Amino acid sequence: MIALTLPAQDGGSFTPPSVSSHLTPFFSIGGFEVTKQMILVALSVVLIAWFFVAAARKRQLVPGKLQFMGEMGYSFVRNSVAKDVIGAKDYRKFVPLLFTLFFFILVNNLFGAIPVLQLPSFSHVSGAYLLAVIVYITWIGVGLKANGLRYFKLAVVPSGVPWYILPLVVPIEIISNFVVRPMTHSLRLFATMLSGHLIVLIAGSGIEFLLAQESIWLKGTSLLVLVGSIAMYMLEALIMVLQAYVFVLLTAIYIEGAVHADSH
Amino acid sequence: MKSLMITAAEDTASSSPLAVNWAEILVVGVGFVILMIIVVKFVVPMFEKTYAERTEAIEGGIARAEKAQAEASAALDEYKKQLTDARAEANRIREEARNEGAQILADLKDKAAAESARITEQAQAAIAAERQAAVVSLRSEVGSLATTLAGRIVGESLDDDARAARVVDRFLADLEQQSEGANR
Repeated sequence: MIALTLPAQDGGSFTPPSVSSHLTPFFSIGGFEVTKQMILVALSVVLIAWFFVAAARKRQLVPGKLQFMGEMGYSFVRNSVAKDVIGAKDYRKFVPLLFTLFFFILVNNLFGAIPVLQLPSFSHVSGAYLLAVIVYITWIGVGLKANGLRYFKLAVVPSGVPWYILPLVVPIEIISNFVVRPMTHSLRLFATMLSGHLIVLIAGSGIEFLLAQESIWLKGTSLLVLVGSIAMYMLEALIMVLQAYVFVLLTAIYIEGAVHADSH
Repeated sequence: MKSLMITAAEDTASSSPLAVNWAEILVVGVGFVILMIIVVKFVVPMFEKTYAERTEAIEGGIARAEKAQAEASAALDEYKKQLTDARAEANRIREEARNEGAQILADLKDKAAAESARITEQAQAAIAAERQAAVVSLRSEVGSLATTLAGRIVGESLDDDARAARVVDRFLADLEQQSEGANR
């Protein structure tokens, strides 16, 4: 429950943007409710695919601008995330997943910072759930493939712990690894995007509301909100990039933990 | 101044921000799968291939340059060695030739000296032998001549000058005949 108390001298009511209005569909086709988020997701797929295929297709030894940018993005995920976290021996086959995840989330997040689009797709929780589930299935699958059924024992029984503490540690490990992990993985992304989006929206509608007031002093306060919202906007842009990175980094860490479960 | 209370959450359970929207899951899922396929099929292989080619080009280039460098320095060493060898060889040959020339010259000189000595000696020997022969033959001839002449002179009467003259002439003619016969 969000309660806002606003001093308003000359009546008029301020209705801040709410979560439910945020989730309202755009239009519906035969009962299928199309939301803005869906259109943005589709747009992101087209943009990412177009950009990277165009950048990768040139395949010149000395890259041009486009190819250089594409390679920078690719090598960031490949080397700084996949190789550094998973290790030089096993990282190769996870590069496509990490790469796709990173740019899919990054572009969809940045939609929230682009004025007309102005919606980070993952402020709708469903997409974040799905990606977290994909990652969840992936790292469990990887762990089983690398270690067999022994993997579950390796994942929940930490080595070097005295036997009499195990009854305490094992349930905690089970809950933290197999129950809480996918939740935090998805909710972290979703919550940061939703809150950032709402802050920007509330600031925007607040500015609009204040400007509509007759008192020149109240109009003036909109300037303060504007300055504050610009700062928040910058912060949000940073968080959008950061959350894409965090999501992919955690994915890589989970996969690494699954691949090398016996050395943890 | 009145205050205004606004609640932003008129949400019901159905519009909870944590509720799952299956249509959105479908769209995100399809979008993600499409993107993943494109990445797996095109983007990653192309970037990896470019990386591999670049690595190959750089490392191959370096390796080739190093190889060429090594070859060049090896060739240089070889040439220097050959040059040194050739110089030494030339010196040796020159030295040999000089020695040989000196040798030949000395030999020739010796030979010439020996030859001239031999010729001189031979000539002297021949002269001595001829002289000896002349002396011997002269001696015997003078003896016999004197004997013959004395005999003739004694055999003829020495009172007649004419006769005596004839005897001497005959003797001389005989002598000439003798020497002709001897020459013949």
